[in-house]
Amino acid sequence: MAEVRATAAAPAAKTKPAPTSAVKKAQLEDRVHVWPFLVRNEFICTLIVMVLFTVWSIVINAPLEEPANPANTPNPSKAPWYFLGLQEMLVYFDPWMAGVVLPSLVIVGLMVIPYVDINPKGSGYYTFRERPFAITTFLFGFLILWVTLILLGVFFRGPGWNLFWPWDRWDPHKVVALTNVDLASLDIGGTGLPFKWLGNPKIFGVELIGLTLSVLYLGVLPVVYYLWKKPTSPTLQTLGPVRYAIVVQLFLIMMSLPLKMFLRIAFNIKYVWITPWFNI
Amino acid sequence: MLTRKLKALKRQIVESQVWTSMFRHDYDDTPRNRFLQIMANVWLHLHPPKIRRHAIRVRFTWCMGGITFLLFLVLTITGVVLMFYYRPVGEYAYADMKYLEFDVPFGMLMRNMHRWAAHGMVITVWLHMFRVFMTGSYKSPREFNWVVGVILLTLTLLLSFTGYLLPWDQLSIWAVTVGTNMARATPLLGHEGPFADVVGVTPRYDARAFLLGGSVVGPPTLLRFYVLHCIFLPILASLFMIVHFWRIRKDGGISGPL
Ligand code: HEM
Repeated sequence: MAEVRATAAAPAAKTKPAPTSAVKKAQLEDRVHVWPFLVRNEFICTLIVMVLFTVWSIVINAPLEEPANPANTPNPSKAPWYFLGLQEMLVYFDPWMAGVVLPSLVIVGLMVIPYVDINPKGSGYYTFRERPFAITTFLFGFLILWVTLILLGVFFRGPGWNLFWPWDRWDPHKVVALTNVDLASLDIGGTGLPFKWLGNPKIFGVELIGLTLSVLYLGVLPVVYYLWKKPTSPTLQTLGPVRYAIVVQLFLIMMSLPLKMFLRIAFNIKYVWITPWFNI
Repeated sequence: MLTRKLKALKRQIVESQVWTSMFRHDYDDTPRNRFLQIMANVWLHLHPPKIRRHAIRVRFTWCMGGITFLLFLVLTITGVVLMFYYRPVGEYAYADMKYLEFDVPFGMLMRNMHRWAAHGMVITVWLHMFRVFMTGSYKSPREFNWVVGVILLTLTLLLSFTGYLLPWDQLSIWAVTVGTNMARATPLLGHEGPFADVVGVTPRYDARAFLLGGSVVGPPTLLRFYVLHCIFLPILASLFMIVHFWRIRKDGGISGPL
């Protein structure tokens, strides 16, 4: 049967022990008829879902507001709820990054998961212990960076994209001081740290500070970690430099969002890297 | 006496040429018939006739892939009903929504079903991906089906987004304005994006204008999104679903512990 053939011909013979004939035999014997067992489940599930959505649709009407009016911009203008995580990123990144580059990387990043996760364990059953890094990273990305930001956008963002409690009245005139500075001109406690002491950053080259930091973050940090850990880590050895590079870049770019959130909330940092063409 | 007559009648029907031309096997619960129920039915033969025991556990799959597919079918059917009454034209679109709500029999119900099932599908497709990740089901030999899944996820969001514009009310045009504003910042291709002047794109000739059919969300956008929403994206999503389901079979059925 197709099933058996595919399992046996799995190209992953390298990473996954080929099923022994005893296992295959057990798999073949532990089978149930789709009719009635699966079809019954599907039928019951269909009934429940249909009843649920019918009742929902009878009780709650879909929204329909005033006719479209290009001259009257509502405040706030919110994207559909499933994109509010992206809209939330606009607070921390410019549109080309938050609206184009990062979403594309989310899609690409999801697609490469199967090719960079070389851990053969934990396939076809629930486990945390056998794949802690994969699960933690995914949960962080999905639950914190995606779902939580959507909830924040739906329930806590009001006029001017300011934060409101759900029970607050939306005050369109709420004043929020714009005190954000760029990293190069940050001046902690008048000490000139971390970069102000370099003098007028314009002369020294603001671009250089951001460039150096970005190269350190995306280039040097991962390489140092790789060279340091590789001799003792079998995972890194099998992962190899190419897959490691892909994983680490995607991971660090994902972590740049919470990092920038932290910099914004703690130090009011707007941009880390300023260039004549783009700012990050 | 009566039962005997009924039995004779049943035999007459079941053995008639019309009946046997439609149904190729009887209904008694035998292993052979259990196979034939699946194999002789064009819809059910998406399934294999037998599967591994754990694969029917709701606790394993959460039924989320199946529910996503069901909601897609609900959306197709209610969507076709809506299409009978809706015209994607600036002057008519909003009026047609009102007409659907107040005059068309079951129009409101169809509109509500379409709206809520669309929201539901976005949620179930996320939960399905979540389940597939948590069971590690993207691992070899199912890598490619995960990629197909990510494409389906993207298409689901795009379907939902293009549909969001069609009521042509304040909610829809501004949500779509906000959502598509990002496109003008596309590096190289958007007029406000990095290196835009190198490429020479303008507000009326860049990635966003291509998407909207103009420099603002207007009637050309409505028509464009309508065509994408009702024709292009559903067909594309169906094609990828066909591949998705086919691959589940070819990858050895649904994943499970060795
Ligand atoms: C329109 C969207 C989708 C539909 C209708 C759909 C449908 C299904 C169905 C019916 C199954 C059978 C098992 C189950 O119900 O869990 C399945 C399995 C699977 N789906 Fe999807 N799916 C969709 C989107 C996705 C997405 C977004 C992903 C991942 C990113 C994905 C990846 C997979 C994989 C890897 C399997 C095999 C699971 C296993 O072997 O345990 N699918 N899909």
